Amino acid sequence: MAQNVFEPWNDPAEKPLIQFKGVTKRFGEFVAIDNQTFDIYEREFFALLGPSGCGKTTMMRMLAGFETPTEGTILLGGQDMAPIPPNKRAINMMFQSYALFPHLSVWENIAFGLRRDNKPKAEIEARVAEMLKLTRLEQFAKRKPHQISGGQRQRVALARCLAKAPKLLLLDEPMGALDAKLRQATQFELMDIQEKTGTTFVIVTHDQEEAMTVASRVAVMDNGRIIQADTPARIYEMPNSVYVADFIGEVTIIPGKVHRRDKGYDVTFAEGQPTLYSEFDAEFDNGQTGYLALRPEKVAISAERPEGRTNAVQGKIIDIAYLGNLSTYHVVLPNGQKIKAQTANTRRLSRRDFTWEDTVWLSWTDTAAVLLKG
Amino acid sequence: MRRLALIALPYAWLLALFLVPFLIVFKISLSDIATAIPPYTPTLDFRAGWQGIKDFFSELDFENFAFLATDSLYWKAYVSSLTIAFISTILTLLVGYPIAYGMASAPDHWRPTLMMLVILPFWTSFLIRVYSWMGILSTEGYLNQLLLGLGLISTPLTILNTPTAVYIGIVYTYLPFMILPIYSALERMDGSLLEAAEDLGCSRLTAFWLITVPLSKTGIIAGCFLVFIPVIGEFVIPSLLGGSQTLMIGKVLWEEFFNNRDWPVASAVAVVLLLILIVPIVLFQMNEQKSREAEQ
Repeated sequence: MAQNVFEPWNDPAEKPLIQFKGVTKRFGEFVAIDNQTFDIYEREFFALLGPSGCGKTTMMRMLAGFETPTEGTILLGGQDMAPIPPNKRAINMMFQSYALFPHLSVWENIAFGLRRDNKPKAEIEARVAEMLKLTRLEQFAKRKPHQISGGQRQRVALARCLAKAPKLLLLDEPMGALDAKLRQATQFELMDIQEKTGTTFVIVTHDQEEAMTVASRVAVMDNGRIIQADTPARIYEMPNSVYVADFIGEVTIIPGKVHRRDKGYDVTFAEGQPTLYSEFDAEFDNGQTGYLALRPEKVAISAERPEGRTNAVQGKIIDIAYLGNLSTYHVVLPNGQKIKAQTANTRRLSRRDFTWEDTVWLSWTDTAAVLLKG
Repeated sequence: MRRLALIALPYAWLLALFLVPFLIVFKISLSDIATAIPPYTPTLDFRAGWQGIKDFFSELDFENFAFLATDSLYWKAYVSSLTIAFISTILTLLVGYPIAYGMASAPDHWRPTLMMLVILPFWTSFLIRVYSWMGILSTEGYLNQLLLGLGLISTPLTILNTPTAVYIGIVYTYLPFMILPIYSALERMDGSLLEAAEDLGCSRLTAFWLITVPLSKTGIIAGCFLVFIPVIGEFVIPSLLGGSQTLMIGKVLWEEFFNNRDWPVASAVAVVLLLILIVPIVLFQMNEQKSREAEQ
């Protein structure tokens, strides 16, 4: 089963397409990128995810050649990129604003890069036609960018940078300007195009859902560093830090003192509260502070104390976030610790079991929570 | 109804301040010169009743326009004006574009200051500024003193009272009219367009020709017309800086009016000048219309 999974980063024989080696970027005193070393492999869909100002755009602009690293080197296919200007790199970038040339038609926009290479006319025409077909823009070839919709513009921008068949395609917040519905459809389209063309994609986004949907690996960034780079599933299920756990999805963080027991750790977090138990493979000293990260959908909510659960606490509902398909209950324990629990709304709202101010039991399995050091 | 009233106001303004004066000038151009006050005949005499009006119209003719065609001075002056206007428009564009480009690429906090510097000369009278150019360009002027002082030349240059001085004066005076529309076109341009062009394989220079220039086209055209149109009729600069060598229609017009006191011929010159100007003015309006449409 395992041989068909696309995981070049776990294969030591695989050569990375992009290598960052000790890359630091400073703007004056400000450190935008702080000594980063990581690899991106061919055919990967690599997402740089983080809040604004975390350095993800700087990372991308260094790949495109618009910024040069202050220290360290960036290699593309083993070759140092530093002396190569942006117009000579086999890398194309799709800009957040799309940066379509307003005075040129859709066709001319897509042909722009090909014409710069002085390719024969017939070849350019064939390539543009292919790109128009790929992005379903055939009817709009003659229009100017201001005569088409936002979604179509986004596809023109994508077609334009794919036309030159780059080794690496950079996408800067490619769906930032689209509305939620269109964004979802476009995400799948983007994955489809990436698979068809076999191009390596690096996407910059602040939208974690988008990163999780499209990417083969997600790099969560903060303050110029990649905190964790891994598959969406591992980022979500096995975050390596409180920051990552907190940034991706909803989570409850319970700080407490940990003590080794059996295959996991006991966590005492407050007086008068039961000791929690988490079966988790990590190295903690007895008495060290640990952070229990608990996803709301893994917490069950019930009126009675559930049988046979180690992790069960009682609290009062202070808030209910109704999301239509799901409801998130915010439960506060007597010591003030809040825990989020999520349930699917399989029944009609009027038949909901719990409401504000109800006292309920929350419980989760021994393996549900992740124990983090900080 | 309210819309009509709203439109009526500017049209009334146009009628009173443009059409009526033009009709008066046009009427004078059809009259004959006379030693009288005003110095032309016929004048409309309402006391003679209907017969008076009929006599008045029967005396109007196109003699003066025919005269303009016979004397080579006039068409030479028109051609010379158009040539000077054309050349100085090109020169102003060559000087103005880099300035506008520099302003548009300057850091944000510098731009108001730079803009101020471009507009600043308007705070002084245009006439005084042209006079001060006489002080700079004359044989004993500052420019010659400086060049002699630096040892770059041994005999003073004759610039004043030559076409060169006229071009210097025109470029200097009309520069802001070229800079401002180009600047406003360049300023609106999204900087990522140039990065995109570079990313797609352009050098900086090709990106400039393929992206920056086409996108500032409406600004360039607007600036050129804003210089070209008034320069054709320019009178002060050629008469103060150009001396007797420079032939321009504005100067001819002035001489006909004030030196020869030939109002009818002067009016005919003015009417022909207006007809010549209509072409570039219509083109200018079409360009403005197009740029407005492109923005929508």
